[in-house]
Amino acid sequence: MAPPAKATSAPFHAQTVSLTLNGENKTLQVEPWTTLLDLLRHDLRLTGTKKGCDHGQCGACTVLIDGERMNSCLQLAIMQDGKAITTVEGLAGEGEDLHPMQAAFISHDAFQCGYCTPGQICSAVALVNEGRAKSRDDIREMMSGNICRCGAYPNIVDAIEEVLAEQQSGSRHLEAAE
Amino acid sequence: MNRFSYLRASDVGEVVSALKDAPAAKIIAGGTNLVDLMKYNVERPERLIDITHVEALQEIIEGENGSLRIGALVSNSALAYDARVTERFPLLSSALLAGATPQLRNAATVGGNINQRTRCYYFYDAGTPCNKREPGTGCPAKTGLNRIHAILGQSEACIATHPSDMCVAMAALEAVVHVTGPDGERDIPFADYHRLPGDTPQKDNTLLDGEVVTGITLPASSTQFSANYTYLKLRDRLSYAFALVSVAVALEKEGDTVKRARIALGGVAHKPWRRAEAEALFEGKAADSGLFARVADALIDGARGYEHNAFKIRMAREAIIRALEQASAGTPQSNIDKHIV
Repeated sequence: MAPPAKATSAPFHAQTVSLTLNGENKTLQVEPWTTLLDLLRHDLRLTGTKKGCDHGQCGACTVLIDGERMNSCLQLAIMQDGKAITTVEGLAGEGEDLHPMQAAFISHDAFQCGYCTPGQICSAVALVNEGRAKSRDDIREMMSGNICRCGAYPNIVDAIEEVLAEQQSGSRHLEAAE
Repeated sequence: MNRFSYLRASDVGEVVSALKDAPAAKIIAGGTNLVDLMKYNVERPERLIDITHVEALQEIIEGENGSLRIGALVSNSALAYDARVTERFPLLSSALLAGATPQLRNAATVGGNINQRTRCYYFYDAGTPCNKREPGTGCPAKTGLNRIHAILGQSEACIATHPSDMCVAMAALEAVVHVTGPDGERDIPFADYHRLPGDTPQKDNTLLDGEVVTGITLPASSTQFSANYTYLKLRDRLSYAFALVSVAVALEKEGDTVKRARIALGGVAHKPWRRAEAEALFEGKAADSGLFARVADALIDGARGYEHNAFKIRMAREAIIRALEQASAGTPQSNIDKHIV
């Protein structure tokens, strides 16, 4: 059993955290040393988000926090109180089987083993929503936080480029996954 | 990760009193460095003080004549893309975007960036000696893997470098760090914030016990550098790698002559490396290649390399000259097209 807190009210034990996960409100008991990644995979059994390096170097654990892409392995779950988290399981909109980015990854064969893919897709969805990438070089630079050891990069860039072009032409309306 | 207690602070006063209550506590904001260090058992705080809910530290506030006061909790992304920063302090924006990845920049804060620890392999490996991690145990880097280590300002005790890109630009722009502690607020010129290792390498900076960084001011005088600047970063791969050598140049030109020059190097020392005497060579002189070479020589005079990093001395000299050419011509290095022109 963890020792009691010494001074002010700062308990060693689990605390209550309320957050929105893939559109659903959750109230959870979280120990201070649990990362958001471990909360998702171990406690909530949402295993789409992957643990690669566990040190913020590979991007496999990328999720959206209040719409911004971040490495869930470096986020403490206890600090997510009040936040809206979107994982790969929650990207597809109402009535959609797949988010357009997921469909584009399939049609461009943008993976081999698939381990990095959920992180790549979450990161790519955020990249499109950020609205800053205009070229393939932009996409490559702005996807530098997601490593693919199979080397599927050309097809990943193709998939993102397609979704970006569709969004710019207005043929498909992409909404930030909330 | 060790077990620790967690405290959420709602204002700066609460942060300061929480630090007083628990000296072995650590402040956490973006967590991108601290959580990583905790996973390696390099940091084992007894308590984390979460400052991300402190409203007063979230904003960028307009000062006089274009100066900006940046709250410690502003993210690296928010700062890099802020229209006032890209217009008035484009060097800072460029340096921020040369560092890390979009995911890390979204989480990482300004206050955390200046307080991040070295990426020395031995500092990170709790199974090896390290004077920075455990004073008095020795420095294996001097005779070990030292490709990423210092060539300037190092000591017998420590040859680690400061890993930040943002701080190199902040040094050249002569920013001011604002801190609050038990005795109130104080301002620290950027050049005095980080320190050389000497025989106390465990201290990265001049922050006193119980103090918290609340923000950084970019001075109005540095808006004069917005036309002639560059951040040139040389590294082992084109993106998402720490600098082997980086150069931040800020020039204020009048026709062909340089009125004011500020140059800072990253990846070469325990702090962003500046030398007033090198910058002074410029003032009032025409910008030409002979002058650039003399400035480079003065900036790295006395550099000393080790088995795996001696190449950085020549690399630094060439990078300084190239960066001065880029800044003088008004053609800053692109972070997208990595060709160096």
